[in-house]
Amino acid sequence: MGYIKGLKCRECDREYPVDPIYVCEFCFGPLEVVYDYEKIRQSLTRDKIQSRPHNLWRYRELLPIDGEPFDAFHTGFTPLIKADNLAKLLGIRELYIKDDSVSHPTLSFKDRVVAVALAKAREFNFDTVACASTGNLAHAVSAQGAKAGFKRFIFIPASLEYSKIIASLAYEPNLIAVDGNYDEVNRLCSEVANKYHWAFVNINIRPFYAEGSKTHGFEIVEQLGWRTPDNVVVPCASGSLITKVWKSFKEMKEIGLIEKVNTKVFAAQATGCSPIVAAIKQGIDVIKPVKPNTIAKSLAIGNPADGFYATQVIKESKGFGEDVSDQEIIDAIKLLAKTEGIFTETAGGVTLASAIKLIKAGYIKKDSLTVLCITGNGLKTQEALHGHTVKPYYIKPNLSFFEETLKEINKAAS
Amino acid sequence: MAVKVKIPIPLQRLTQGKDEVDGAPGKVIELINTLEKQYPGLGERISEAGKIRRFVNVYVNEEDIRFLKNEDTEIKDGDEVSIIPAIAGGTKTVNSR
Repeated sequence: MGYIKGLKCRECDREYPVDPIYVCEFCFGPLEVVYDYEKIRQSLTRDKIQSRPHNLWRYRELLPIDGEPFDAFHTGFTPLIKADNLAKLLGIRELYIKDDSVSHPTLSFKDRVVAVALAKAREFNFDTVACASTGNLAHAVSAQGAKAGFKRFIFIPASLEYSKIIASLAYEPNLIAVDGNYDEVNRLCSEVANKYHWAFVNINIRPFYAEGSKTHGFEIVEQLGWRTPDNVVVPCASGSLITKVWKSFKEMKEIGLIEKVNTKVFAAQATGCSPIVAAIKQGIDVIKPVKPNTIAKSLAIGNPADGFYATQVIKESKGFGEDVSDQEIIDAIKLLAKTEGIFTETAGGVTLASAIKLIKAGYIKKDSLTVLCITGNGLKTQEALHGHTVKPYYIKPNLSFFEETLKEINKAAS
Repeated sequence: MAVKVKIPIPLQRLTQGKDEVDGAPGKVIELINTLEKQYPGLGERISEAGKIRRFVNVYVNEEDIRFLKNEDTEIKDGDEVSIIPAIAGGTKTVNSR
């Protein structure tokens, strides 16, 4: 069993064995998993995938695990929803929502990466898992780590939305709230990871962890009937998801599950933290770090680890990037909720708001099939909508009060 | 007074264990090239074809050279240069701004 050949530096191609390492010793570039695609091509077919249960392990040959998966049997295979109401409103032919806001168990796409990271941490015989997180990852590691029986250390910026902190604490991990932003938390974690023999899912397990994101893309292809969309809009924080979605499409072609990849990939960021989109718009490869200032805290990474590779995906796929204001994010969250009945978190608002601008500007053609990657649930960031929603009608428990209110409502609607 | 250059742990093997070495004023890339002569192999790890490697961050007096003039940033006597591997996105950049 096993389809992994080893690890390789993305920058200088130096090869490494399969170990909990993540940086090239020579040039400090990130390491990536190398697969034996020929062997996978011979083993993995559409029929085989379709015969398997509806979870992310149905693509296990393309994931970096050696043994049988031991957990996360309900993670992945989230709905791909045809968003006709929204499509009509935006004047676009076909629009789909890849809805990871209902991911099991913690309502964001991070369940995917953590499922793979913990499977790998078990293979490496770690007893403690850890992460640096903007919230969603903290939930996924806290929850899945609890079920799998790992000790858990979760590092977050102390300024996170309170509801996001509670949603980690419920699983009783060791939660370390750091007085600093995500980039500072991440830097601290790099030092901790050097000193303690723990599986930091997004540091020393990163090459394996990041591969879990591919399942988001594999599912889009399978759910569209084994074809890639014309356009896909992906929110960017570290830039990892967008590179892995692109990689997932290319891998499916590589092993012969689909014939071609004709997709333009679009990056979505909040204007208050848009180092990747800024580089895309300027047409340069250099990512200039920024100090984040946006309500989209789950995307607030000012110094994105995979930012350079994200810009390369845009270039290679002939896509583009767009950034949006906090108000546009709020408006988009509300729009998705009232047209498609999906309540997404701020990152989802970033994706939809960016897509709207890209459609208006003609980067996304109206006569096309577009997928929006909605990666998290709105219940986690309810604070973002405080003061921005419609108001409830407060009445006394009496039919006449209700009928008076009803008249008011009908009057306002007419 | 010379330029102080801070060497990260992974590169200290090439500087005989020294965590700080002296350099001469001039452009960043000139400094790297001079260091290569003193400590063979060091330059190659930090730069390639005249450019700082993508996953190596260089700071002059705590400021990321990407906010200055990149490889052409001028270093004066008494300046402090830090060479830091980027590592998974976490750097000191945000602190120093």
